[in-house]
Amino acid sequence: MSTATAAPPAQQTRVINDFSFHVATANGSGSQTANMVLLRGLFKMGIPVSGKNLFPSNIQGLPTWFTIRVNKDGWIGRATTPDIIICMNPESAIEDVETARKGAVLIYDDSLGLSKMRPDCIHYPVPFKKLVVDACPDLKLRKLVINMLYVGVCSALFNIAEDKLMSALSAQLKTKPKAVKVNEPAITLGRKWALENIKKVDPFWCEPLNKNGGKIIIEGNAATALGLMFNGCTVASWYPITPSSSLCESLEDYMRDYRVNPDGKRTFAVIQAEDEIAAVGMLAGAGWAGARCFTSTSGPGISLMNEIIGLGYFAEIPFVICNVARTGPSTGLPTRTMQGDILNVIYASHGDTKHVVIFPSNPKEAFEFAGVALDLAEQLQTPVFINSDLDLGMNYWMSDRFDYPTGPVKRGKVLHKADLEKLKGQWARYRDVDGDGIGYRTLPGTDHPNAAYFTRGTGHTEMATYSEKATDWKKNMDRLTRKFETAKTLVPKPVIDGYTNRVGILYFGTTESAVREAASLLEKQHGHKVDLCRVRAFPFSREVEDFLATHERVYVVEMNRDAQMAMVIRAELPRFAMTLRSILHYDGLPLTAGVVVEQFLAQHKDEPNPTKIAQSASHATAALGTKGRD
Amino acid sequence: MAGTTETAPPAESKQPQVNRIGLAKKDYGGLKSTLCIGCGHDLITARIIDACYNLGIRPEQVAKLSGIGCSSKTPAYFLNRAHGFNAVHGRMPAIATGAQVANKHLKLIAVSGDGDSANIGMGHFVHVMRRNLNLTYIVENNGVYGLTKGQFSATADKGSKQKSGNVNPNDPIDLCEMAFMLGCGFVARLFAGNTKQMTSVMEAALAYQGLALLDIISPCVTFNNHEGSTKSFPYAKANEEPLHDIGFVPAYDPTYMEMDHGEEREITLSDGSHITLKALARDFDPTDRKAAALQIMEAKNTNKILTGLIYVNPKAELYTEQLGLIDTPLALLTEKETRPPEGVLKQIMDDLA
Repeated sequence: MSTATAAPPAQQTRVINDFSFHVATANGSGSQTANMVLLRGLFKMGIPVSGKNLFPSNIQGLPTWFTIRVNKDGWIGRATTPDIIICMNPESAIEDVETARKGAVLIYDDSLGLSKMRPDCIHYPVPFKKLVVDACPDLKLRKLVINMLYVGVCSALFNIAEDKLMSALSAQLKTKPKAVKVNEPAITLGRKWALENIKKVDPFWCEPLNKNGGKIIIEGNAATALGLMFNGCTVASWYPITPSSSLCESLEDYMRDYRVNPDGKRTFAVIQAEDEIAAVGMLAGAGWAGARCFTSTSGPGISLMNEIIGLGYFAEIPFVICNVARTGPSTGLPTRTMQGDILNVIYASHGDTKHVVIFPSNPKEAFEFAGVALDLAEQLQTPVFINSDLDLGMNYWMSDRFDYPTGPVKRGKVLHKADLEKLKGQWARYRDVDGDGIGYRTLPGTDHPNAAYFTRGTGHTEMATYSEKATDWKKNMDRLTRKFETAKTLVPKPVIDGYTNRVGILYFGTTESAVREAASLLEKQHGHKVDLCRVRAFPFSREVEDFLATHERVYVVEMNRDAQMAMVIRAELPRFAMTLRSILHYDGLPLTAGVVVEQFLAQHKDEPNPTKIAQSASHATAALGTKGRD
Repeated sequence: MAGTTETAPPAESKQPQVNRIGLAKKDYGGLKSTLCIGCGHDLITARIIDACYNLGIRPEQVAKLSGIGCSSKTPAYFLNRAHGFNAVHGRMPAIATGAQVANKHLKLIAVSGDGDSANIGMGHFVHVMRRNLNLTYIVENNGVYGLTKGQFSATADKGSKQKSGNVNPNDPIDLCEMAFMLGCGFVARLFAGNTKQMTSVMEAALAYQGLALLDIISPCVTFNNHEGSTKSFPYAKANEEPLHDIGFVPAYDPTYMEMDHGEEREITLSDGSHITLKALARDFDPTDRKAAALQIMEAKNTNKILTGLIYVNPKAELYTEQLGLIDTPLALLTEKETRPPEGVLKQIMDDLA
């Protein structure tokens, strides 16, 4: 192995473990394996890393981009502009090069004729098409293997350990040892060619770190699936929709591996329904009959499910819906991300409805919140949402390992035969015996003559009999409000970082890394210290109110145009209406720290002085007729 | 529990008659019907009660389901001791599917209407026909929307007249034909005015281990019982032609062996019960798919309402068996049965590291 020409960059200009790759390929060309090898190779070097796939709504042929960010400080949010662009797709190459930042590294096939463009960038043309002939004797496989050549080239140029890449390749193609044999020579050849032929002039360099001990790489959808499997989920029904499909597919795969008894009998049912209405309808039936049940979908599916979600709320049936959000409205950008369904999930369905919604930020929470959601649904006897998004669901995240759940799952208030015997059959389905707004239920099939009750979406009494009486209706709705108050005490509390500053940032879900990175930049580069509050559930628990009450200005960061979370806070906690400012990002791509910093600074410049803020806030709250800020 | 649709036993009888599991007819009763006087649906409700009582079905093992509409109100009027679920318009088949996979031992009785199943819920109707739930699926078919005052449904015959005089321009959807084509294992067309036939077929459907579709012409006395309607009582009475005289002998009944079966066809269901058929309008074998298909086709070419058992597949495998579910209802599993051991999570984590 020669090291003749690719010497590390000079010490003073070196950029170590802090840059990003942007790999442009065609959809369906097999580049995903190469990108994952690159990602996992870096991960195995102990460098914090993230991989975000920007793909088209297409099976084969359209441009797709994969961004890998390495960051020694652990910032794994999306990088604003890539430092290294690998152009493997002739269709998008010119645009990829044109939009590169000044000084970016461009790696491309030498036949693309890009060398005259962008003299302000660093050009590394590589004869990929020629090299693949040597790397792969099988003509049919060259289309796939050519991608592994850029892995080898990157290994040489940016000091990515070859042995780590090889072990990443074996892990990635664990079930296909033949494919490993086909791809290995391409990594070696790409690396050898680059070492011998490229004179390195860029500053980017990887050094082994030791930051990934105890970490894994996983997509959020798989994490949620694991959480469901380990927390007693028995029924899942679903309808395919990007970006949620891989959730129930992973679930079924895991269940087939680990939830089949020695006699071949299964402790689960995963059903692909005829549409989203049927998917959630099956949950209404399964939850009613006592199963811990689940569906995953995305925005359009939530829209279709609305009627039965209202039935679940009103008839008080437990089930869990994971919304893996994509960009809307309408079909929108089905392969891009958004936090665009906040109102759609919180207030889903007609009439007075409000739902418990949990917001995971990372795969570990995606795992844990699956169990939390199943428990809450049964404890509260209501539909519970997990609001994820494409970024968390389908991208590759570094995560802490998941902890094995040890406690029993929570099944809520269910009366079985023995309980009914003790009660001498005296019970009422919708009676608030405990003052928490939650009644006791029985399951169909309970062998007691007084077990049965009649479930309906129509007005009903405590005894579950039909009623159109005004007093019965209002009493029931007020009990549901009490139940929601109980929910506030059971949902995951926010993660709050500091009560010491005047200004806070409130955020939720997958904006976590970008927001924390932005907070760090705001302090280090701009002298603004902010406190952070990561909301993890609706309804808002007491701690969210406390955070809002103790900050004069709170920026709400979210990935939608209409400031939906801020709208919900204003509606639910109107006394803080004037405290809020919005930082909004809605181009379909994951948030970057840069967007947060820019919008924060733009609004913060015009900030009125603190006394004025306090005055205008008290005027506003007086006008709304609500209690002033405490 | 509250009243039943049956009349109270005479005052002098101290001991009410009980069935083989010791329950009286009133134990199968429900609340008082709130439908119009003379509604066909109430006749069907009474037959459901009879059939469940006759078979000695334990009401607690039944779950009743429905969508929205007049027909969908009726589960409140029978089997008070069974859990009931009056859900949303057209989605009952999905809800029944969920309930069945959660508890495979439940016998499901679903009541739907022609609007509920053939209009808004058609997408779910066709798909549930592909899932062999242990479900007696009753469509109370009157060709109109009752609760919204008499609009045509998709089962209304072409040329049938609305009360207002409007004539239906569309061809009807035949739910029996659809169910048969989609693989439903038990398909019958009945008339609510034919009590004997309804009771026998209802018993057979309840004994059947699978999805039984009963499309029952059940006239709407308020909105579709006039001259010019093809779903009125007078029209159905004049035009019903029973395919065969149907008898049902439950598995536990020893008299079956002693009976003279003569010219009758017999169908043995998987639980050991027997359906007997004496040909009337047609002689055909309902277990023969081709013969059943021919019946459905020929029925279209006649002005008659051919009632009876159209198709039975006594060997259809239950959906919950196809799914390979364990014997304990999924609803009752605890984390002891559902949580894989700690080593499994460790292995998965190691593979992702």
